[in-house]
Amino acid sequence: MNTKSTSKNRESNQQRGGQILKFGLAVGLAALIAIGGLALLVNIMEHKQEAKNPFFRVVELTDDTEDPAVWGKNFPVQYDAYLKTVDQVRTKYGGSDALPKTPTQADPRSIIAQSKIEEDPRLKKMWAGYAFAIDFREERGHAFMLDDQTFTGRQAKPQPGTCMNCHASTYVANKKAGDGDLVKGWEKINPLPYAEARKLVQHAVACIDCHDSQTMQLRITRPAFMEGIKVLKASQGVKDYDVNKHATRQEMRSYVCAQCHVEYYFKGPDKRLVFPWQNGSKVENILAYYDEVGYKDWVHTDTGAPALKAQHPEFEMWSQGIHARSGVACADCHMPYERVGAHKVSDHHVRSPLLNINKACQTCHKWPEEEMKARVESIQASTHELRNLAMDALMDLIDDLKAAKAAGKPDAELAKAQDFQRKAQFYLDFVEAENSTGFHAPQEAARILGLSIDSSRKGQNALRPGAATTTTAAVEKK
Amino acid sequence: MKRTTMAGFVLGAVLGLALGVGAYTFIYAKGASYLTNDPKACVNCHIMQDQYDGWINSSHRSVATCNDCHAPADFIGKYSTKALNGFWHSFYFTTGNYADPIQITERNRRITNDACRKCHADIVETIEGPATKHHNEADKTSCIRCHRSVGHMH
Repeated sequence: MNTKSTSKNRESNQQRGGQILKFGLAVGLAALIAIGGLALLVNIMEHKQEAKNPFFRVVELTDDTEDPAVWGKNFPVQYDAYLKTVDQVRTKYGGSDALPKTPTQADPRSIIAQSKIEEDPRLKKMWAGYAFAIDFREERGHAFMLDDQTFTGRQAKPQPGTCMNCHASTYVANKKAGDGDLVKGWEKINPLPYAEARKLVQHAVACIDCHDSQTMQLRITRPAFMEGIKVLKASQGVKDYDVNKHATRQEMRSYVCAQCHVEYYFKGPDKRLVFPWQNGSKVENILAYYDEVGYKDWVHTDTGAPALKAQHPEFEMWSQGIHARSGVACADCHMPYERVGAHKVSDHHVRSPLLNINKACQTCHKWPEEEMKARVESIQASTHELRNLAMDALMDLIDDLKAAKAAGKPDAELAKAQDFQRKAQFYLDFVEAENSTGFHAPQEAARILGLSIDSSRKGQNALRPGAATTTTAAVEKK
Repeated sequence: MKRTTMAGFVLGAVLGLALGVGAYTFIYAKGASYLTNDPKACVNCHIMQDQYDGWINSSHRSVATCNDCHAPADFIGKYSTKALNGFWHSFYFTTGNYADPIQITERNRRITNDACRKCHADIVETIEGPATKHHNEADKTSCIRCHRSVGHMH
């Protein structure tokens, strides 16, 4: 009896144990479902929160707040990206390597970009007698603009305060110098010696140079662009164009960049910064303007040619390309939209689209990254090849001119060839100094290099004994 | 007996809790909206805001909604597509593991391309000739290869 009851007890114990196990499993499963449900709920809630107003005003910004770090407190996402422009990355035809350098008293930079004139000594010959033949390096990000200007070897030749317009955040400095009048202040700073003007600025290009401090809307702060775009629009038949009133938001997303990424010159003893767009912004329009006003950047030491130096005409080149025609702005590719939480922000890490193909290109072009890169590089390879041909042609012309000069040919007979050199160099430099190796407008870049080669060879012809007056290129007749 | 009742009660409570949380989540996440044709449902989560904004400005906004182009016309095809896409969209949005800008899948591209023929059958026929049973996928003209932006840009 004893044994019987124990075994019965054991059986019922086992039964109960099984039931408890099943019950426990069911509770555990239900709990897991509840956990899953809650986790999902919280996730959805977080996503909904992201979609709400992400802007927290922790500091008050005014029209005099120059320091980007202060703006960064209100706009940390944009500021973080902006700080990344210190990156030095190479693409096949652009960017730069970060080379170590021993800091000196005169030049405290510990990292610089490699020298372009050492890479291609033909540049030195092209710019003989001009400051660019002393020191000219590969491009670096916005973060370096002020230092690279302050410490460049080109400072060996006196530079004016005008340089500040594009190498520093000058909006507040200009306003201060003009007692509240932006244009007056700018006119005051332009003729100052570089070192004097340098004391008035602290930062590389900053938030306030492109944004209104109250509305964050894009706005133009550089008088030279206000004047430049006004005459350009006038040449197209638009009268009294006021860029800050008349430009659309999408146009502004290119115009703020065009405040600096353009061809320019310093006019007269006031060293006024002028964008030469009176006749239009194509290369021959600009050259015609310089011819009209009789401007030259310097006299070429080897040949005596009244030479011109083109400087980063990105805006002008882009204007002739298919992307501009399709309404694609600078910022669409160089500051593409990215998603941060639920919000669309412009990537303030301004850089080559080739380093961010996914966001920069693939929003519109549904091809693999490798394919996109190959397309760009094939355009650049062709442009680079043409550029080298044009460069060799120019070297031939310079050699011939030099020889003719040494042989004692009178100046009157050299003048024609010297003018061709001026043309050939300006055309070549217009593509060379432009930072896309032809990509911004492939056909236009090729056309310009064609003009350059043509001018160099015609210049050589003009030096032949008894050279008949050669016809000028078709475009120049217009 | 008493213990079993107690156990049942606890189990019921836990299941009820799970059900309640589930139901609340469903309502909070506007779950029912996904069964409708309202394009607003597609921007409940913000990933497709760009596409929605584009559609609002497109030539098709007054004649076709998201489902007209992105879901088959038949009942089973439509809801199975919605279920399949709904699951994967939720999955990727929840885990955050997706490509941005978003890209359409091959299956959905096919559905979209076929959708053009719902309304534009006549013009497609003049291009391709009469549809035959032997017509295979590869012979079909791709409408959206050229007309990619009719519904929305990008």
